[in-house]
Amino acid sequence: MVIQDSDLTNIERLRWQCRRGMLELDVLLEAFLEQRYVALSPRLKRHFVQLLEFPDPVIHAWCVQGQRPEDEEFAELISSIRATSVA
Amino acid sequence: MALEKQRFDTLILGAGGAGLNAALQLANANLKVAVVSKVFPTRSHTVAAQGGVNAALANVLPDNWHWHMFDTVKGSDYLGDQDAIEYMCREAIPTVYELEHNGVPFSRLTNGKIYQRAFGGQSQNFGGEQAARTCAAADRTGHAILHTLYQQNIRAKTHFYDEYFAVDLIKDKEGIVVGALVLNIATGEPLLIESTTTLLATGGCGQVFRTTSNAHINTGDGMAMVLRAGLPLMDMEFFQFHPTGIAGKGMLITEGVRGEGGYLINKDGDRFMEKYAPNAKDLASRDVVSRSIVTEVRDGHGCGPEADHVMLKVNHLSEDVIAKRLPGIRESSRIFAGVDPVKDPIPVFPTAHYVMGGIPTDRFGRVMPTSEDNGEHLPGLYAAGECACASVHGANRLGGNSLLDILVFGRLAGHNIIDYVKDNGTHRPLDEAAVEQAMGRLARWENKGEGLSVSQLRNEFRKTMEDHAGVFRVEEMMAEGVEKVRQIREKLSDVRLTDHSSTFNINRTEALELENMIDVGLSIAVSALHRKESRGAHSRPDYPKRNDAEWMKHTLYWQENDKLDYKGVRVQPLTVESFPPKERVY
Ligand SMILES: Cc1cc2nc3c(=O)[nH]c(=O)nc-3n(C[C@H](O)[C@H](O)[C@H](O)COP(=O)(O)OP(=O)(O)OC[C@H]3O[C@@H](n4cnc5c(N)ncnc54)[C@H](O)[C@@H]3O)c2cc1C
Repeated sequence: MVIQDSDLTNIERLRWQCRRGMLELDVLLEAFLEQRYVALSPRLKRHFVQLLEFPDPVIHAWCVQGQRPEDEEFAELISSIRATSVA
Repeated sequence: MALEKQRFDTLILGAGGAGLNAALQLANANLKVAVVSKVFPTRSHTVAAQGGVNAALANVLPDNWHWHMFDTVKGSDYLGDQDAIEYMCREAIPTVYELEHNGVPFSRLTNGKIYQRAFGGQSQNFGGEQAARTCAAADRTGHAILHTLYQQNIRAKTHFYDEYFAVDLIKDKEGIVVGALVLNIATGEPLLIESTTTLLATGGCGQVFRTTSNAHINTGDGMAMVLRAGLPLMDMEFFQFHPTGIAGKGMLITEGVRGEGGYLINKDGDRFMEKYAPNAKDLASRDVVSRSIVTEVRDGHGCGPEADHVMLKVNHLSEDVIAKRLPGIRESSRIFAGVDPVKDPIPVFPTAHYVMGGIPTDRFGRVMPTSEDNGEHLPGLYAAGECACASVHGANRLGGNSLLDILVFGRLAGHNIIDYVKDNGTHRPLDEAAVEQAMGRLARWENKGEGLSVSQLRNEFRKTMEDHAGVFRVEEMMAEGVEKVRQIREKLSDVRLTDHSSTFNINRTEALELENMIDVGLSIAVSALHRKESRGAHSRPDYPKRNDAEWMKHTLYWQENDKLDYKGVRVQPLTVESFPPKERVY
């Protein structure tokens, strides 16, 4: 997917992209978007937009189960998502 | 501005397993098919199903569709229709093979055959030894099925309307459904899709309860559309709760935790299941454990500042056991409950998991508009999947039978639509008044000014449903619940959006979903109040026994005046003898 700069700032669109087939992802991704997204660097914002294109079980494995993605750059975003407070 | 219109042979609302399997049959038969989904298709809730799909392939242990049928009838607490159940259990076998041929990567045995797991409720020989009937693609069965069906549909040129929200069904002057009004979420533009046949495959409605394992998209939209079209919903009082969801959040904590020696405690640290189920204790059946938890909380023994949950203790198990046998639990608990189960107990509460009821259909997926069981159905309108009630799960669904239901009846609806369209391929003129009414429901959200927010009313509604129509069901509090939900429905007109933009207006989408949830919630609350017996997932401490003489019948609920009616269970299977009701003991 080609990501435009406008994709990074369209928060409402991202909010709908955070609607997933798994409750765990709904809760975690929406909270992340709410609490942390705006303060991210453009590079990490871009990663987040990319992440939302992955299938649910992959996002679940990385963000909930803590499996390490191969791409180290993604790792930074994912540890930030995992540190989001949802409890 | 004129309302844009598009025409298709068939309109399918929903792109989960049911919708996609139907679409594939139709597209392969060269019909012009539109599939509408409010989220990208492979993000449908089917993706969450990890356990697998049942079929009596007999690859691991002896098995036979007739045994599967027995288990399903018994599991349904004798409320399932035995003709539909026979059909589903027979069709399970070719359905799984068809998926395999379409490319679903099922896990395999060393001899190359599909591997099958054993699950609760599966028996050999009509209630004998454990059977192994569940086929899985590792722990990603739902994802594998959705992904495969989606790819096949793209190849077959199914037309997808991704991120379009279906608002209402549109009828002609004779009351026949001729399409639907949908909303492009990205642009805010409405679109009228005209079709000679329409299939509802919009999935479940777990979001009506505060604590649910269902994703946020499961708001019962298709069910509510059917109610507003003047059609009934069936057996809505039957909702399956899983006893251990993370408190206040809903995510499932697998039964395996208690299987490995975890147990429930109240605020005093008492192992309360010893009191409710002295033998099975924490391993008692789902409904017993769920009710015990709610009883503890109601009696003031709940934990936490609100005293509104209990604790699942696992910290007496070694870190090693937790890591090896219960992978996933530690991470889920840490993230969603903020506790490390190796050190502290996990706060839990029963979580709404699966709706057995839904849009009444016959064995061919056709929607049935009345309580007469005389073969009458609505021409051109079909339903399949969790939003439908064929009725194969009756009062209680068995694990692995839901994916089966959506695939078998999705496929079958597809085949029946093909036959119907052959003779009824012309579009009927729609009723402009029906279009205006649906457009009016959208326009209503343009009202500005002060008012309640969507989330305020949604929270109040979901809490009310949990407290008054959830696991614990006694007359007085349920009657109070019906009144409260009615009042909440009144308050809907006081709700105002905080966002009035047209593009990606999530606030408006959520308002439409809330309205749907309230309509569906009332059908649950009213149906449950009037069923004065305990059967399957519907348990009434004030009527603790199943009462076959008076209640072996399906509930039908219509929105107008909250009308109820009943119709008999179809106890006659297609080719085999009927299974007469027996006490359900495991
Ligand atoms: C955590 C969990 C685990 C489960 N595991 C299993 C299992 O292992 N085995 C099993 O058999 N069952 C399992 N189930 C149950 C099973 O997953 C579901 O019953 C099943 O997937 C429902 O499929 P469906 O096709 O009916 O609907 P869904 O997959 O829910 O799809 C509904 C579709 O309708 C669309 N839609 C809804 N409303 C609208 C609207 N207004 N406008 C446009 N589109 C709309 C959605 O976008 C979606 O595409 C599980 C359920 C849960 C909650």
